[in-house]
Amino acid sequence: MLESYLRKRLENKKILTMTHMVMGYPSFEVSAELVDTMVAAGVDLMELQIPFSEPIADGPVILNANQRALATGATVAKCMDFAGRMADTHKIPFLLMSYSNILFQQGFGPFTRAMAVKNLAGAIVPDLPPEEGADYLREMGAHQLAPIFIFSPTTPGDRMTYLDSVARGFVYCVARRGVTGTDTEFSRSMDTYLARCRRHTRLPLAVGFGVTAKKDVDFLVDRADIAVIGTQTIRLMETKGMGAVGDFLTALT
Amino acid sequence: MNDNAYYGRYGGAFIPEILRATIKDLERIFDAARSDDTFWPEFSGLMSSYSCRPTPLTFAGNLTGHFSGARIYIKREDLNHTGAHKINNVMGQGLLTRRMGKNRVIAETGAGQHGVATATMAAKFGLDCTIYMSKTDVLRQRPNVFWMERLGARVIPVTSGSRTLKDAINEAMRDWSAHMDTTHYVLGTACGPHPFPAMVTYFQSIIGEEVRTQILKSENQLPSRIYACVGGGSNAMGIFSAFLADDSVELVGVEAGGKGLETGQHAARLCADGARAGVAQGYKTYFLQDADGQMKKTHSIAAGLDYVGVSPILSHLHDTRRVRFTAATDDDVIAAMELAMQKEGIIPALESAHAFALAFKEAPALSGDEIIVINQSGRGDKDIFTIADAFDDPKWKSFIIDHAAQYHA
Repeated sequence: MLESYLRKRLENKKILTMTHMVMGYPSFEVSAELVDTMVAAGVDLMELQIPFSEPIADGPVILNANQRALATGATVAKCMDFAGRMADTHKIPFLLMSYSNILFQQGFGPFTRAMAVKNLAGAIVPDLPPEEGADYLREMGAHQLAPIFIFSPTTPGDRMTYLDSVARGFVYCVARRGVTGTDTEFSRSMDTYLARCRRHTRLPLAVGFGVTAKKDVDFLVDRADIAVIGTQTIRLMETKGMGAVGDFLTALT
Repeated sequence: MNDNAYYGRYGGAFIPEILRATIKDLERIFDAARSDDTFWPEFSGLMSSYSCRPTPLTFAGNLTGHFSGARIYIKREDLNHTGAHKINNVMGQGLLTRRMGKNRVIAETGAGQHGVATATMAAKFGLDCTIYMSKTDVLRQRPNVFWMERLGARVIPVTSGSRTLKDAINEAMRDWSAHMDTTHYVLGTACGPHPFPAMVTYFQSIIGEEVRTQILKSENQLPSRIYACVGGGSNAMGIFSAFLADDSVELVGVEAGGKGLETGQHAARLCADGARAGVAQGYKTYFLQDADGQMKKTHSIAAGLDYVGVSPILSHLHDTRRVRFTAATDDDVIAAMELAMQKEGIIPALESAHAFALAFKEAPALSGDEIIVINQSGRGDKDIFTIADAFDDPKWKSFIIDHAAQYHA
């Protein structure tokens, strides 16, 4: 399962990297190239976002990618096919990321069944807290898929314990307040926060929201298990092209 | 699942983890205020000294004579300070903001009434204020943007998504996710994650409570029907909530029929087939969406009704059939507005004119001993540019042309 894959991988690497992309942005062809580039650069797992028209947890860069993907014809069916192809082609685990309504409209049963058939490992749904997600949790469990939950700096300890009890795979710690794609200061307060996260979960810790440089990844060594690189690769692809994405990731890992 | 957060199948709190603690705090502060005996008197006292409450319930004698049907009354929320019912909710949330010790408020706005009301409250309470407004609405509601800025608010035009009210809500949520320690999000309608639908309804219920007292005093009987326009649903919930237990009172919600339901260019979620249950903007309700769950574009002549979702409380009242939902088209609305102005000398907002349009259509079929009440949620002067265009008023056009020429001089 996802957790055991991560644990095994961590035996040989001090820190793992997870990258993110919006499927169908700027096109499915480029998305496939991007996955190839990321895997070749040595990333350990990937989250593939199914675009949604109302991505409230995302900042301007990923919001724009969602809108462009939808405007150029990305559908849930095309995204599921794409994700399945990636999982068949590459050896690393792939997670889906999207918002509640995408799963709700497909039905949690059919959605998770499709995920299982396509060999996807789990899902991150930022607007689906476990309190609202009984059906989701049941279906994810039935198909041995990992529901990833999020810790934030405002999450109290008892709630972290509760989230840990329903989470599988790893816990995703957002590094700061706000949405995706703005700067985070990797500092002493972050240190305290990550130590608090660590105390409240038995699962590996991923840290996201603001990882843009090698020094950010280095900071996370021993404090977390997975560095999440999201917005920065989209920015690089938009401004400097695919080659720059590969160089950036190779330097990080 | 928090049972208090649900109305039948609708409602809930589908929010990112980062906002959870803040929403929980808000719920706690709201519950404490609601059970504090001094809070409602403080709120209604503020509304009577600052915003003309209780607002009148006007008997529309000329319209009643014109239709020779039911006796028509109009609840005059247009006479509130800032010109609409929006101020009720805003002042109430302002009092909660003070209780929370926060020094900044943010809000979304469509027609601009909620933005103006929030900017007004922020000025009075000494709070920083940022308003998110879609680019489309900034362009069509320039006078309100002018007032918000003069009142000291920062108005941020939202260019993402479909550039309507929902996109302004998304941007406000994003701001809140980053600044919740100092900032309260004054959501303007009975939508969004729990406790907003309950909280906005609570403050707006002052409308219906007054109507009940007023109609019993003047007619000694309850109305047969109450008409309210439905965007997000705050004015409708405000007037309906006092009558939910009275089966003899039919409650009618009027949605934006836009260019006609058959054209697809409308914002009718409950009276047409285009919408179904979904989750967005932090709550579950009927949304106008495609098969994948992507939100559709909406259209209405009235910026305040141009919204893709609707109060989860109204979705539930739709399913239980306690409220009847119907729509008025842009053309119906202009005609109703013209008649209200000429017969009664009142100028309803384009949003409110949707309720007038349906009431006018149905009043003749009712008998003279029946009463109907129309909620005039706001005044129409804010819509002068849109209405002047709809009437194709030549004198207005030449005024604008001459006035523009002065700027070039």
